Amino acid sequence: MTDAATRPQDSEAPDATSPACLDDAVLEARSVTKSYILDEIEVSALRGVDLQVCRGEMLAIMGPSGSGKSTLMHIVGLLDHPTSGTVTIDGVDVSNMDANQLAAVRNKRIGFVFQSFNLLARTTAQSNVELPLIYAGVSGSERARRAREALERVGLGNRLGHMPNQLSGGQQQRVAIARALVTEPSIVLADEPTGNLDSRSGVEVMAMLQELNAQGITVVVVTHDAHIARHAQRVAHVQDGRIVLNECVTDRIMADIEKITLDAEADTATAASNVSVNRGAAR
Amino acid sequence: MKLMEAFRIAIKALNANKVRSALTMLGVIIGVAAVILLVSIGTGVQSQVTGQISGLGSNLLFAFPGSFEGGGGGGPGGGITKQFNTDDVEYVQRRIGAQGTVIPTLQAPAQLRVGNRTKGTTLGGTDQNGDASAGSLESGRWLTRGEVVGASRVAVIGSEVRDEFYPGQEPIGRKLDINGQPFKIIGMLAKKGGSLGGSQDNTVYIPITTAQTMLSTRDISAMLVKVADVDSIQVVKAQVERALQPRFGDQFTVFTQEQTLGILSTLLGTLTAMLAGLASISLLVGGIGIMNIMLVSVSERTREIGIRKAVGARTYDILSQFVIEAVMLSVIGGLMGILIGAGGALALQPWVPAEVTPWAVVLAFVFSAVVGVFFGVYPAYRASRLDPIEALRYE
Repeated sequence: MTDAATRPQDSEAPDATSPACLDDAVLEARSVTKSYILDEIEVSALRGVDLQVCRGEMLAIMGPSGSGKSTLMHIVGLLDHPTSGTVTIDGVDVSNMDANQLAAVRNKRIGFVFQSFNLLARTTAQSNVELPLIYAGVSGSERARRAREALERVGLGNRLGHMPNQLSGGQQQRVAIARALVTEPSIVLADEPTGNLDSRSGVEVMAMLQELNAQGITVVVVTHDAHIARHAQRVAHVQDGRIVLNECVTDRIMADIEKITLDAEADTATAASNVSVNRGAAR
Repeated sequence: MKLMEAFRIAIKALNANKVRSALTMLGVIIGVAAVILLVSIGTGVQSQVTGQISGLGSNLLFAFPGSFEGGGGGGPGGGITKQFNTDDVEYVQRRIGAQGTVIPTLQAPAQLRVGNRTKGTTLGGTDQNGDASAGSLESGRWLTRGEVVGASRVAVIGSEVRDEFYPGQEPIGRKLDINGQPFKIIGMLAKKGGSLGGSQDNTVYIPITTAQTMLSTRDISAMLVKVADVDSIQVVKAQVERALQPRFGDQFTVFTQEQTLGILSTLLGTLTAMLAGLASISLLVGGIGIMNIMLVSVSERTREIGIRKAVGARTYDILSQFVIEAVMLSVIGGLMGILIGAGGALALQPWVPAEVTPWAVVLAFVFSAVVGVFFGVYPAYRASRLDPIEALRYE
């Protein structure tokens, strides 16, 4: 991660495009550009991005703020339109689709996890998770069953009737993950999923995403944080609207182990503070 | 997404913002109720007054002192310069002969007393033929010619006077003090109900001669002419006018019942239209309230729209959700407004003649529904066409 030695793809892809996926790309972006008019000045957020996400992989898109990584995620997530270039989801080119067709593709094939959770307020965890199924036309009882299943999968089987404001940040993000999963999408896109969380909850969320990936779901994490990016198998570095580097993560962080370390540290810290309190009392 | 699902979502959303939903509906409720109530009162008064006048019979002429035509050569302001008196009544009667009967009337406020109870009323002096304008008797009898000539102290009372002094009792033969003088009750009129000018049952009729003596005058307020043959009413009218001309110039007015009806109808129709206009303003304000709340609600919920679109809601799904919300608000509000407006009109009926008018109900309801839907749909339409990312970014 820190030195140039961890760049095995470079020889095969000297132009810094994605590695070939053996004809099984879940998501493919070709020559995608995006520019905005801001105060009569044209600003290019993306200047020709090629990206391939292979089925079953866990990819991090990393870059500093303003690099265009979020714009890229919004475009490959079909929430925004590219100025030029094409996006293919499960082999289907979505360039010429209208708003309703795009909505159907998002509904069926893409799951989103946002930095700010984006749950419906005053709506129970279960209803939030059911939301995509409503628009998929799934019947009521079937919806409830699948939502419960998804919430159990993220460890919130006992929080079905809770409102978002009755849940911690980490729990809210897990509800969001359950919502992303419930339609059994081809790919889960997570935009700074740990950005609004304390480190402990962040680790839990990353552990969850890694676990889902291990179960075969394709996961893309967008982040500015090199540490978070190292939870993925591969990192695409974005800078000034281009992918400048694709690297395989050799020293991948497994969040499960991190969790244990974190707990141990917390225990020591508690013990230490207890000792100091005792000392203070003895004095 | 099925329609049932859209309804469920709309009900949930309205439920989640109970206070806001209730306030929005309140605007519609007040608007609809006000239109229905005011138009009911206007229509009720109109039909009651015209009903009363046509109930008097189409064979009546009314003669008043003073010009009602305005400045058509009359005195300044057309005010009353000279009152009719008993001689004029006799003169007109002589001129028209058997073609009709002239009935003098004299109206004045008076104080009634029985024991230590008192009541203010309208005193009507008239003669043996005066029942033509007073209405039908419930019990007892009307004034006789002898009582009129002899200026007897006998009275025919309205039902409200009986209710005040002799509730639930037969008042005939009992005593009643009018302006401190003792009278005997000889008859009671049937109940007629109220009008905007006060109760019509709070009246006492006594012989015109007695009234003139009590008021120390020979004047009368107006003459009624009961025409024997309805077809000759215009001829009799011309004769009455010719009879009064030498003494009063053009300072008097003779109306047929038809003319009176026409004038009153026009007047009261204008009143009703004015009330409806005033009430429509409150309906409009209610409509603007819906628009305001819907605009706020949509922009407040732009993020929600973004979330829904991100997880797969189509334009139609978003649009139908907000349309159903707006329709439910305005339709429920409109129905409650109808209940309150119509209920209020019925509740007012003992005091004010109110008639629930179907056209007012329909107008108020349709207007509120249209306003609610239009102003609810427009912001929702705009929101439904946003790019999901724009909606999600909205703060």
